[in-house]
Amino acid sequence: MSLRNFKIYRGDDERGELVSYQCEVSEGMVVLDVIHRIQADQANDLACRWNCKAGKCGSCSIEINGKPRLGCMTRMNEFEEDQTLTITPLKSFPVIRDIVTDVSWNYKQNEEITPFSPSEEDKKKGFVMMQKDVERVQEFRKCIECNLCQNMCHVIRDNEGKENFSGPRYMARLASLEMHPMDRADRIGDIKDKHGSGMCNITRCCTEVCPEGIQITDDAIIPLKERVVDRYYDPVMMLFRKIFSKKERDKTKSKVSSFLKMFF
Amino acid sequence: MLLKKNLLTDKLREDKWWISPMLVLFGLLSFVIYSTWAAWQGEHFWWSGGNEGFGGYLSPFYSPTVYIDPTKPGVPPMYHSLLGSWPEWLSWLPGQSPAWLILIFPLSFRFTCYYYRKAYYRAFSLNPPACAVQPIQGIPSKVSAITNGNINAFNSGNKYDGERGLLIFQNIHRYAMYFAVIFIFILSYDAFLAFFNDGRLGFGVGTFVLTLNPILLGCYTFGCHSIRHLVGGDLDCYSCSLYKDKVNHSSWKIVSFLNRRHQTFAWLSLVWVGLSDVYVRLVSMGIINDINTWGL
Ligand code: SF4
Ligand code: SF4
Ligand code: FES
Ligand code: FES
Repeated sequence: MSLRNFKIYRGDDERGELVSYQCEVSEGMVVLDVIHRIQADQANDLACRWNCKAGKCGSCSIEINGKPRLGCMTRMNEFEEDQTLTITPLKSFPVIRDIVTDVSWNYKQNEEITPFSPSEEDKKKGFVMMQKDVERVQEFRKCIECNLCQNMCHVIRDNEGKENFSGPRYMARLASLEMHPMDRADRIGDIKDKHGSGMCNITRCCTEVCPEGIQITDDAIIPLKERVVDRYYDPVMMLFRKIFSKKERDKTKSKVSSFLKMFF
Repeated sequence: MLLKKNLLTDKLREDKWWISPMLVLFGLLSFVIYSTWAAWQGEHFWWSGGNEGFGGYLSPFYSPTVYIDPTKPGVPPMYHSLLGSWPEWLSWLPGQSPAWLILIFPLSFRFTCYYYRKAYYRAFSLNPPACAVQPIQGIPSKVSAITNGNINAFNSGNKYDGERGLLIFQNIHRYAMYFAVIFIFILSYDAFLAFFNDGRLGFGVGTFVLTLNPILLGCYTFGCHSIRHLVGGDLDCYSCSLYKDKVNHSSWKIVSFLNRRHQTFAWLSLVWVGLSDVYVRLVSMGIINDINTWGL
């Protein structure tokens, strides 16, 4: 047990202050425990959001000493005994109260995405997928929608990119749909224009912050950027597609294999 | 009570976030300065102990040698030149150095590489300098506005445009990659050459240096995101045909393995290519002696 110092943002979206608290911290406590203890003993009206306390619901996202983290997965023994912890709401989204933010902008981005679209035939037959096809898209399904990456991404956080960019979490969702073997929709145009893949400058902060360890930049955003290059920036591929691609499905997938199919 | 925007600044991050961009800045700048200097020299990029026969050490900065000015010290014998002796119309090139003619290829490859883009956007453009740290304002912000692709940087402030404005050229990366792959073969040939001196098989420290070079470069190049895309990343299904997709899937797996380590190989190969030039240069100038089996 030791008495530790905390500063917690108290206020709304307009104004607020960093209020100092002291709290007894015992072994095994996480930052969310501290918030709860302060709430119980000293500040009954402190608003905070949480749900599972197991790093699986994505509700408790806050910023601790300026870094976006999950409150329930940040252990107190990471910090020095004499260190003051500053706990603030996610910077990129409007504050509802104290450290609770309104993340609904993110759900709007989600709604903009063309949903999973299998063919009628596949729907009837049901899906049979091989493990190696499942693996790649499975990574993105680990997402707990904590919005830490959305908050961390400098395009949204500091560069007022909300108009032009859907954010890393939705790039990952787009990738999971685009790479799905049963999906028949074409989102490449949207990815470039509506979702703004070009706004991302691949500086990888989303990957660094993701509590699920999803390789957002390497496995989702860059592969999508490459598909956009195929469609819009690579003259040879553009020509290639004109000559070889099947009309029903103008996805970028078929270059190498359609070329081979000419001979086999 | 203060305004929220004044309270929740990115100054809250207390750790030493600036170390990593500083190291990148230092590393890349040193390489640029050294390689420019080395390319400028136009001499002492070859060593064969004075022998004319097959074999010798060639600095990777100068490979392939398009033209050779045979009057200079430490240059390969004439048969090594792709197009003969130094032409009149190129006499204006600093140092009559053949390095200028080829450096554009590795340079454009690294410049548009997805890893290096991250590195220099953080360290040079400072947008963002580190995660959850505000883009730095002031003079660097003008520089960063330009490198961020804002054509009107000086008139209209610092609007971030990602890789859509000026930086749209980054999309040529795969073309730079095609050339880089050719260079792996050329440098492998140079490694082969380093096993010979005057037609005699053998090896020396330089052989080791010049052999490791294409290996590291290969690990870097074949971990490229564009290759990962082209060999199979562009497919949505790896089991929809009997055998063709299998080839795609296994090559995609191999490239993915290297791709995970892309940053490591980016630095290792960069440092090693520089060191290879330093080594050949020092041996060629006679400052150090190559230890080898030829007894030279
Ligand atoms: S890599 Fe792209 S999406 Fe991820 S944080 Fe950086 S700019 Fe945002
Ligand atoms: S991708 Fe990772 S950081 Fe982003 S919302 Fe999902 S779990 Fe959170
Ligand atoms: S409370 Fe569910 S992730 Fe923290
Ligand atoms: S992504 Fe780094 S070399 Fe292509």
